[in-house]
Amino acid sequence: MAERSFAKEVQKLRMGAGEEFSGEGILAITKALLENGVGYVGGYQGAPISHLMDVLSDAQEILGELGVHFEASASEATATAMLSASVHYPVRGAVTYKSVVGTNVASDALANLASGGVTGGALIICGEDYGEGSSIMQERSHAFAMKSQVWLLDPRPNVPSIVKCVGDGFALSEVSNTPVMMQVRIRCCHVHGSFIASDNRKPEFSVRDAMENPRRDTARIVLPPASFLHEKEKLESRKPAAIKFLKDNKINEFLGGATGKIGIVMQGGMYNGVIRALQRMGLANAWGDTDVPLYVMNCVYPVVEDEFLEFCEGKDAVLIVEEGHPDYLEQNFAHILYKAGRTLHLGGKDVLPMGGEYTGKVMLDGISAFVRDHAPEMLAAPLRAPNREEDAGSVPDLTGKIPGRPPGFCVGCPERPIFAATKLVEEEMGKHHISSDIGCHLFSSMPPFELGATTMGYGLGPASASAFHADGARRTISFVGDGGFWHNGLTSSIGNAVFNKSDGVIIVVDNFYSAATGGQDILSSRATNKTKQTQNSITSAVKGMGVKWVRQIDHTYDVGKMRATLKEALTTDMEGPKVIVASSECMLNKQRRVKPQMNKAIKDGERVIKPRFGVDEDVCTGDHACMRLSGCPSLSVKTLDDPLRDDPVASIDQNCVGCGNCGEVADAAVLCPSFYRADVVHNPNERDRRRDRFRKRVIGWLQTRRESGRLVFQEA
Amino acid sequence: MNMQVDIPTDAEANRILKLACLAVGGQGGGVLTDWIVAVAEANGYVAQSTSVAGVAQRTGATIYYVEMTKHTDRLPVFSLSPSEGDVDILISAELMEAGRSVMRGFVTPDRTTLIASAHRIAAVSEKIEPGDGRANSEEVLTACSLAAKRLVAFDMETMAVKAGSVISASLLGALAGSGALPFPRESYEEIIRASGRGVEASLRAFTAGYERAMRRDESGDVIEMVEEPAPGALPGIRGPEGMLKKWQALEARVQALPAPVQDLALRGLRKVVDFQDLAYGAEYLDRLDRAVALDSAEQGHALSLAAAKHLANAMCYDDIIRVADLKTRAHRFARVRKEVGVREENVLQLTEYFHPRAEEFCGTMPAFLGAAIEKRPKLFAWLDRRLNKGRRIRTDSARGFAMLWMVGGLRPMRRRLLRHKVERAHLEEWYALALGTVASDYALAVEILNCRRLIKGYSDTHVRGHSKYARVIGALDMLRGREDAADWLRRLREAALKDEKGVQLDGALKTVASFA
Repeated sequence: MAERSFAKEVQKLRMGAGEEFSGEGILAITKALLENGVGYVGGYQGAPISHLMDVLSDAQEILGELGVHFEASASEATATAMLSASVHYPVRGAVTYKSVVGTNVASDALANLASGGVTGGALIICGEDYGEGSSIMQERSHAFAMKSQVWLLDPRPNVPSIVKCVGDGFALSEVSNTPVMMQVRIRCCHVHGSFIASDNRKPEFSVRDAMENPRRDTARIVLPPASFLHEKEKLESRKPAAIKFLKDNKINEFLGGATGKIGIVMQGGMYNGVIRALQRMGLANAWGDTDVPLYVMNCVYPVVEDEFLEFCEGKDAVLIVEEGHPDYLEQNFAHILYKAGRTLHLGGKDVLPMGGEYTGKVMLDGISAFVRDHAPEMLAAPLRAPNREEDAGSVPDLTGKIPGRPPGFCVGCPERPIFAATKLVEEEMGKHHISSDIGCHLFSSMPPFELGATTMGYGLGPASASAFHADGARRTISFVGDGGFWHNGLTSSIGNAVFNKSDGVIIVVDNFYSAATGGQDILSSRATNKTKQTQNSITSAVKGMGVKWVRQIDHTYDVGKMRATLKEALTTDMEGPKVIVASSECMLNKQRRVKPQMNKAIKDGERVIKPRFGVDEDVCTGDHACMRLSGCPSLSVKTLDDPLRDDPVASIDQNCVGCGNCGEVADAAVLCPSFYRADVVHNPNERDRRRDRFRKRVIGWLQTRRESGRLVFQEA
Repeated sequence: MNMQVDIPTDAEANRILKLACLAVGGQGGGVLTDWIVAVAEANGYVAQSTSVAGVAQRTGATIYYVEMTKHTDRLPVFSLSPSEGDVDILISAELMEAGRSVMRGFVTPDRTTLIASAHRIAAVSEKIEPGDGRANSEEVLTACSLAAKRLVAFDMETMAVKAGSVISASLLGALAGSGALPFPRESYEEIIRASGRGVEASLRAFTAGYERAMRRDESGDVIEMVEEPAPGALPGIRGPEGMLKKWQALEARVQALPAPVQDLALRGLRKVVDFQDLAYGAEYLDRLDRAVALDSAEQGHALSLAAAKHLANAMCYDDIIRVADLKTRAHRFARVRKEVGVREENVLQLTEYFHPRAEEFCGTMPAFLGAAIEKRPKLFAWLDRRLNKGRRIRTDSARGFAMLWMVGGLRPMRRRLLRHKVERAHLEEWYALALGTVASDYALAVEILNCRRLIKGYSDTHVRGHSKYARVIGALDMLRGREDAADWLRRLREAALKDEKGVQLDGALKTVASFA
């Protein structure tokens, strides 16, 4: 079950025509899919569309009522391949994934889908993870649309626009027989807003109808000679059809002033940022009214040449606001203007940066510079000739004085002890080449562990160590998470290692969920799931793949065992890959599951043992060796009230869940005896109490005895 | 062509309030944002909130953002992320995050009300330094007060925990109390009530935050730093009559010391007597007297103060007798119960993590025997194989407790044990080195004393500390006679405390070697 439950919110999906629907962007997209008669939905989780998958998963009852099939796809490639249902049948389908990483994985299926084309509307909702908060390489999805000739929608980032875009996307796809990508950026996915709902529509043609009435058409298969015809179709019929649709339905918007000597062309997703810059320049009001002509491209590929040229008519200068690089749109527009013999100024990446997110400041600076150069009379005096000296120097510069705070393992994370053990093994046996993978476990590359040399893609950790193959050389260690393992790792990493007789060590970090994306269930999840088959063993899969040396560790917190197993893997004479499956439940998800149960049990008078760790501050010497093997948020430093002590000592706060890492690490690394584990027995039974009374008597007697022979520097 | 802008400019309706919230993943920034949106909507505003979800929520720094404006029949165009120089209210759930928001330009003197919890959550980079790697809070708070139009900063975390709630509630209280938003207190409270979970505790934390934020100074600010703990009061002493008498004699000796040295000397004396016995206390004062004799008021008694502190620490080395003794005291059990929050009706089970090795075993042997074993590597290794493993001892059980209690009872024999001999020799060497330097370079002598700080930790960490100490002290030959010798020794020590392996120390030593 996912980290965040939408069980309550999904009830809004039942809303009918005229009702006001309010909620997050992703929830609105789901509602829009239902209003547009979608027949099947799939996808793979990953920020920023993880919650879209969670919403769909929680909405399965409603989807079922409408006859809509939903799948949590095994990968983005699977999801895109799923869209082939719309090749021959007039059934609408939608899939969603994180982009560009998901689009990368999907591109094989996407190219095939785009080649043959579709009959029913096929929509790919790309969660564009670019700019601040992004966890992936900074690239654009735009390139995929261009290379495969699929259309790319980029709606204005407000809920009504996104909702409308879903409907437009399906219609555009059907009219041009082409899959359509719809790009929504991180913050847009989580934007809160409202729109007026329509009734949900059952799919006119369902997947069931398709299964009962199978069709085929060799002309849709990517094989010569059809594949050459597909290319021709793309250029001669599908693209013109798309452009006609875009024009007829005014998908791109002409906003702002009707005339003017300057104008701004933008991707739809940039609209709010552009308006904010204009607001700050005094050129627009709160509702976005402005005299500056705006051409808002809710569809960024293909470009509608006529519209662009029409917009440029009578203007001296036009600014292109296009986030990311390469500047495909600007290049395209320059080409169009040149061919048309126009000589107006084309601004864009000259005043705006080539790379990076177009944040508020970037927009303000860029657009101000453009307006200053080409229509200074529009600006108030201070903006026309800004006094740059103002304010400068009044606030002390804090650069280098604020510690960075990258994401890290949560309190009690079961992955921490795996990397603590790895670090200890390296201290003993020297450095190894370590390949990392995608997932929470990649935080191992951050302090305090600083392990892992590369990350090459989901499920590809062990694959990325495959070149390191030399008899008798120091073995490589590679990591792959359970999510990556099932996504791609089983074949691309494990299978490859078996087939090529790799000698490396592979650690599968199994935390029972696709944890980094929000705790969705995967094949090896331990929970029972009504609509999915879970509890499929990773160890069995690995053995089935042909690995001979496999060790299953069911309690990752046992650092000593973890270390011994890793050492054994690095030294055994056994040939072939050495696979360690290290399994313990994601603590974030576990706490969410267990905490309420525990509190209820305590309340109901049941005997419950709650563990927590602590530090004896007078035993701790403040060397922080424990923290260099932990990084746990609940293990921190505190200053003592003792002027004899120079260094802050370790201290554990109330968020500790008693995972055991502190004690295990102190033991395995022979650190210090200052940690203690306190198990608090709530609602103790008679036996507990009797034993406690006896022990207290014995202990109390011994303590009194010792105190009687010494000075005691404590209040009685 | 006339390009005069003609747009509706109803100033009030046109005004968009911009509020950003910087939090550390897991602090409940999402809940706070939802509350703020709900309060705004309840007061006739339209509001939009956004956040960057994803891995940043795993304990990293995260930003939530809200824009709001008075409701009209048209939808405003809101931005999706905060912009430098364009934020009205910035809420920070931690002090360094407030600093980060200043650094990023989100806090500007012309308009931003900065509401920041003054408590610290140390970042990993601050925690893993062997010394004190924490950032300078005071500097950051000063920057905050200069950068903000108004600053409301106090410890909202402790306040929330005391109320049995989380920081989002006290932050909301501080926001309401700051008056930065035009909404009445009641409407915030209604929203908390409507949320339905932990309402009473949330309201308590809200009230605490609200009331503190209302107590503004004359410039409209509320600034309350989280102070470092002041030196603790010295608790009373009890014990057998004869011992108390002897103790008073020792105390009298402390009172004879120069006034500025007395407090630290008394603390040191207590520490060593607590560690061993009264005679050990006398030994401590004898040693201290040697430093005092060489010292003077003109030097600010720096030598005596350093000696009082580091002699006590050096004399109270961390052997297993000390650990066992500390872990079996009645006061310790009371402290654990308090720290963990064990109620009277609960039963506490307590597990200690020990990992003795042959080194510790030999250290606890009579000196001749321990040294003899250490001289025989085979025997030592055999012993280590038998001893070297983790031992979990239940100190709530009679057996486990008794075992530790007996180890703690070895205290009277300590002077005869190998560890004591080794520690004493090292101490004497260090102390003699420092005192011998006083005549030629007083400041350098003080710094030599301070280098004792490098020796701490157990087992490998302890060995590494010793080696760092040796390397720093080893640089003395290069430094002696230089005017800035003391300053350089201090720098070397500080470099040694920067990282575990001593990489920075190596660099600093190279620098010293280059000019020596």
